[in-house]
Amino acid sequence: MALKSLGALAAPLLICCALLTARLHGVDVYDALLCGARRGLKTALEILPALLVLFPAIYLLRASGLPELLGQVLGPLLRTLGVPEETGLLMLLRPLSGSAALSAATEIIGRCGPDSLPGRTAAVMLGSSETTFYVVAVYFSAAGVKRSRWAIPAALCADLACFLSSAWVCRLLWG
Amino acid sequence: MLLGILVTAIYLLCTLLSPLTGSTEAAGAAVTEGARAAIPFVLEIAGALCLWSGVLELLERSGVSAGLARLLRRPLRRLFPRSSREEGLLSALTENLSANLLGLGNAATPAGIRAAKGMAALGGRGEDELCLLVVLNTASLQLLPAMIASVRAAAGAAAPFDILPAVWLSSACSVCCGLLAAALFRRLWR
Repeated sequence: MALKSLGALAAPLLICCALLTARLHGVDVYDALLCGARRGLKTALEILPALLVLFPAIYLLRASGLPELLGQVLGPLLRTLGVPEETGLLMLLRPLSGSAALSAATEIIGRCGPDSLPGRTAAVMLGSSETTFYVVAVYFSAAGVKRSRWAIPAALCADLACFLSSAWVCRLLWG
Repeated sequence: MLLGILVTAIYLLCTLLSPLTGSTEAAGAAVTEGARAAIPFVLEIAGALCLWSGVLELLERSGVSAGLARLLRRPLRRLFPRSSREEGLLSALTENLSANLLGLGNAATPAGIRAAKGMAALGGRGEDELCLLVVLNTASLQLLPAMIASVRAAAGAAAPFDILPAVWLSSACSVCCGLLAAALFRRLWR
């Protein structure tokens, strides 16, 4: 499929495009890359404390047998919807905490393999959604508005649509 | 606060549950194993993260986000008819969304907060548009999900970015559903 080979070459293609665009605009290419690398290191350092707190919790969650119990309850529903069972936990954590969702997705990708269907679905789910409750809290508290009215239900609808479409698109491309 | 409750709930629930599921040994080892795994994980994703942050920096400096902001003006005028009457608000909105598209969270949030404050001050229609702004921000619009690509690269994916078209499709779907849900709930709320 054309989409597939485009995806496979995406990384070098993107870098080529970015380099050419920057060149055309007279940007100091090397300095920009260095600056970005510095920012990447900063991001990695910034997420480390949260991951150190949440990784043990996610590993414990994984080992406790709770996902299997959840799977027995939610499994039939997820299977009917065409969503990999392994991603059930990720979908529950995603709107609550970005780091917990990253930990859960990393666990799925490590256990099932990055190129497996559950691994890819977890990656797409994580890449195409946001930490809903965090965003709602930041914006409404910054604006000094107490009632968030219909923002949360509408945002959760978008999240649900994101999870379902992630599962379906992955199944279509790699299932 | 929310995270404190979440972590406490996970620990309590799982510790009490593991004897019932016969997984006490695995659960006991999992906590230290998780703490140990966090360090190599961050080291493994840091390299790719730096590469992609560099590419985003290139795009930013070439004026791509300014171009995106120009492209977004017209659709945003239609989505936010009340707020876009104020020039300052419209430019904060376009800055917020274009920075989000490029995954520049550091630039997106301050612009978004500026827009949110302005909308709250408008009252009435403005508050509806504030909800819509939040919905758009919770439906991720990222063109280059650097973090997840780095995680896939660290796990040994053949082509870490081959999920890109799927991420775009799924993001588009989520944004459309968010807009539809917003249009629906806005009417139902009165």
